Amino acid sequence: MSAFRAILAKDLRVELRTLQSVPGMALFAVSTFILFRFGLDRTTLEGSLAAGVLLATVLFAALLAVNRLFVAERDQGGFDAIRLAPVDGTALFAAKVAALVAYLVVLELVTVPVFALFFLDEWSALPPLALVLALADVGLAATGALASSLATGSRARDLLAPLLLLPLLVPLMIAAAGAAEPLLAAGGPEYDRFGTWLAVLGLYDVVFLLVGYGVFDFVLED
Amino acid sequence: MQRAGGAKARESEPAGAAAAIRLAGLWREFGDRAVLEDVHVELAPGETMVVIGPNGAGKTTLLRILATLLRPTAGEVVVLGSRLPREAWRARGRIGYLGHEPLLYRDLTVAENLRFHARLYGVEAAETRISALLDRVGMSRRAGELARNLSVGMAQRVAACRAVLHEPELLLLDEPRAHLDPQAGELVDPLVGPAEGRTRVIVTHDFRAALSSGGRVLALGHGGAVAYEGPAAGLPVADAEAIYAGSPR
Repeated sequence: MSAFRAILAKDLRVELRTLQSVPGMALFAVSTFILFRFGLDRTTLEGSLAAGVLLATVLFAALLAVNRLFVAERDQGGFDAIRLAPVDGTALFAAKVAALVAYLVVLELVTVPVFALFFLDEWSALPPLALVLALADVGLAATGALASSLATGSRARDLLAPLLLLPLLVPLMIAAAGAAEPLLAAGGPEYDRFGTWLAVLGLYDVVFLLVGYGVFDFVLED
Repeated sequence: MQRAGGAKARESEPAGAAAAIRLAGLWREFGDRAVLEDVHVELAPGETMVVIGPNGAGKTTLLRILATLLRPTAGEVVVLGSRLPREAWRARGRIGYLGHEPLLYRDLTVAENLRFHARLYGVEAAETRISALLDRVGMSRRAGELARNLSVGMAQRVAACRAVLHEPELLLLDEPRAHLDPQAGELVDPLVGPAEGRTRVIVTHDFRAALSSGGRVLALGHGGAVAYEGPAAGLPVADAEAIYAGSPR
């Protein structure tokens, strides 16, 4: 637990100091909303279109952080430092997942209000939407950390990480969109099969956290 | 030239018994190229062994295997009683490694870097220890400086502190004086020098100094084969020069 806290604190400190990931993600997401606003030529979105625009934007913004997640470990010897220490490699995985969740939460605190301002007539869907996004964030972070760690040793890592990650995220997107679509329906949020989709999201999170826990030590070894 | 000790005699000993390091028939290959070939070494606790050899002889690879950072392709590797790579987790935390990279995060300060490593190793009274180490290498005033702003030599001094922060039983040093001016070298030497119960493996290109050190020497030839292993006194300088002069593969 001490190693997990040390690595997480290190990552958050470095991000606060350098602002390498989160501002870029937020800028990307807001720019994408502006493009959608003019590209679709609509001032309001609802249902599946609204859910798709929001979730796809968050996902692609997340890729920016996923690609950077292990840069310091790769370029500055962090992998070696952690492998030399008497710590479980999964502490690194858990810390990276937690850091990515933190980045996504900050991203959404900034961009969801912008999304609502651009595209929603009324904001009552936002509290339950936050729950959907929170569960989606955990799954996205778990698969993102895993894909990033697998790609980090490759010269084509910037391409490889998204190529590994995007197919793995299809079930997550289906479940998150299934939960978010009725919330963003015209005329106010509906809760049709909301619980079922949340359960699917939760299951996805558990599966990929366990996969990461199970394989990360092997990923770390040479 | 050959090994001073007999490999056959060692085969009868139980693996790793009383030895800080025991290598038996160690091979490491990268693709189809052998970097280390059939290396046999046994080092008792508290001993120092200097590894010499030309570029590409596998010195750094050997050190990384001992540090649990690389897996051997074949052969037996026992470090501090742990058989690698299977029992690497038992040896980790008891090894200090000073390699070519300082293993410092560039966007953390010197003190934050050492604090981070102290937490990984569970070092008690970390602040006192960090202050004392930085003081010894003349880096106290730079404790709050970002690692990215340090010169290579200063980073090497901090890296030496990192390597000994947790008071390791086995110290693996890859060119520890690299990038250091003579004065800085004098500061770092005692930190990574002999200490009670500390076994050391030092990679160096300064074979004349290694041969005059009086310790043990492992000379690797081109291709990673053992050209000599034994007391420094048993390897004449001319033979060491011949090892360096051999044709690269």
